[in-house]
Amino acid sequence: MKNSYKAVKVNPAKFGMDQVPFLLMVAPVALFMLLPLVYIFNHAFKPFDELIEYPPRFFVRRPTLVNVFELFQTSTTTGIPVSRYLFNSIVITIIVVVLSIFLSTITGYALSKLKFHIKGTISKINTLAMMFVGTAVIIPRYIIIEQLGFIDSFFVHIIPVIAIPVGLFLVKQFIDQIPNELLDAAKIDGASSFTIYLKIILPLIKPAIATIAILSFQSVWNNADISATYINTDSLKTFAYYMATLSSSSNVVAGQGMNAVASLIMFLPNLIIFIFLQNKVMSTMVNSGIK
Amino acid sequence: MAKKINKESKIKKFIETEKLLFKKDDKIAYLFSLPYILLFLTFIVIPIILAIYLSFTTFDLVSFPKFNGFNNYIYLLTSDEEFMKYILPNTIKFAIIVGPGGYALSFIMAWALAQLPHRLRTVLAIVLYSPSLTAGVTMTVVWRVFFAGDQSGYLNAILLQLGMIVEPISFLQSPNFLFTIMIVVALWGSMGIGFLAMLAGILNIDQELYEAAAIDGMKNRFQEVFYITIPSMKPQMLFGAVMAIVGTFSAGALGVQLSGSNPTPNYAGSLIVNHIEDYGFIRYDMGYAAALSLVLLLIIYFFSRLSWRFFGDKD
Repeated sequence: MKNSYKAVKVNPAKFGMDQVPFLLMVAPVALFMLLPLVYIFNHAFKPFDELIEYPPRFFVRRPTLVNVFELFQTSTTTGIPVSRYLFNSIVITIIVVVLSIFLSTITGYALSKLKFHIKGTISKINTLAMMFVGTAVIIPRYIIIEQLGFIDSFFVHIIPVIAIPVGLFLVKQFIDQIPNELLDAAKIDGASSFTIYLKIILPLIKPAIATIAILSFQSVWNNADISATYINTDSLKTFAYYMATLSSSSNVVAGQGMNAVASLIMFLPNLIIFIFLQNKVMSTMVNSGIK
Repeated sequence: MAKKINKESKIKKFIETEKLLFKKDDKIAYLFSLPYILLFLTFIVIPIILAIYLSFTTFDLVSFPKFNGFNNYIYLLTSDEEFMKYILPNTIKFAIIVGPGGYALSFIMAWALAQLPHRLRTVLAIVLYSPSLTAGVTMTVVWRVFFAGDQSGYLNAILLQLGMIVEPISFLQSPNFLFTIMIVVALWGSMGIGFLAMLAGILNIDQELYEAAAIDGMKNRFQEVFYITIPSMKPQMLFGAVMAIVGTFSAGALGVQLSGSNPTPNYAGSLIVNHIEDYGFIRYDMGYAAALSLVLLLIIYFFSRLSWRFFGDKD
């Protein structure tokens, strides 16, 4: 009897019949997760008559790029071309990603490796802040941003979102794994702390960098709230915001195609970046545990 | 008097030791972490402190905040009918289903995925994670078409064709359906970074542990999961739990996004987050909105403590 039970085999090298039950567990969920995405892909390339067809069909039969052209030709009600929103989103996203990488890596280095007696306290507070939900304090945040004079300024897209507690947490955990001897050797050779950061730490924590890049990319690229709450000038708003207005204003079926194209533009960069970096993200996540 | 002196000397002593410790510190560490700490204080810590202060005042953004003691909290407990009748029960129901539900789903999926070979696992993990990539706007656009209230909506079209309904149902405007749809959509997007962490955690467990347990008389998969898998990856379980809690409460805007109105029809899909915005940005009652914010933060804190108790280090 005892022998009927076999230990679980984690990370098997090959696919075998004994794995079918697990595949059957995951497959329905995966299908459910995939459904909306398959829908956007199909809807984005449907010609007009397929969009208004009844009963609606899920898959596109004669794919066309008409919706894409339409999206970029339609100016918004305020006369600002869609490309302007897209441009804003790209610029903001690049700046935020770069700054949040720099900020969390250099802070993570200080908290992990430098002699600094309050670092334990700071790390603890930061861990506590991971459970912070921004929307909860939306009112006081608004007041602070108003006092700082950031209302209707380009900076409001950037400054409030570059400090990411989860990002710092993951980077610090990752740097903790680097042996001190490596840094001591460099120190003896007379390297400054900043040189060590630049020449030793950064190259060793590439996976963690990739992970923050993804985290901050997602939060910024998808962010429509900042434009809606703090920005009045239309030319300073982002593509995510434009999409939000597009979806609430156009209940007409014809707008659905454009909507789907816009969704696709929002989604694809996220997906592509994640596919390229997922290996690195996974190796960062090994060190993600809260102890 | 003596007490006061004692306190003062304590403070003095504290400052002295801090100074001494500071002298030994690497000064550059302060420089390196200063920008982060400043931003952290400005946009995370100070808003919380300000919320505490404002919650004891009446404030309309124009005139100076007026102190009114516990009035906001008294109003919240006694007179805010919507809050007690809809908002609080909704929030708790939503949190309990989506939080542990999404968390358990993430764990089960991660556990099953870990037993598949690398390439297949990677593809499936990307698929499961992909809804998290679409967060926010994109997500609602898609789901609004699925549940659209006329016959062009997918669900309505299917039900009509099957003859299960005679007239299209406006799901998103209906108090009966909105809440359920919110839960479906929230669960759909619940496999975020916590899921990835748990997957990595499971993959990182030493295979020998399982083999040894099998020899020692482990009887089934459940025992294995509860005695080996979960205890071996507690830190990742805790990380996943915290992320699940944050994700759940951040998804609060869902009802408003889906139905397109705040408050949602009959308050059916309204959660605390929507109530905060309703009072703050629509009624300009910032003091009361701040009191609501604090209640929300306390609820979140409570749930986090709970998960800490389950998975945190006891010592």
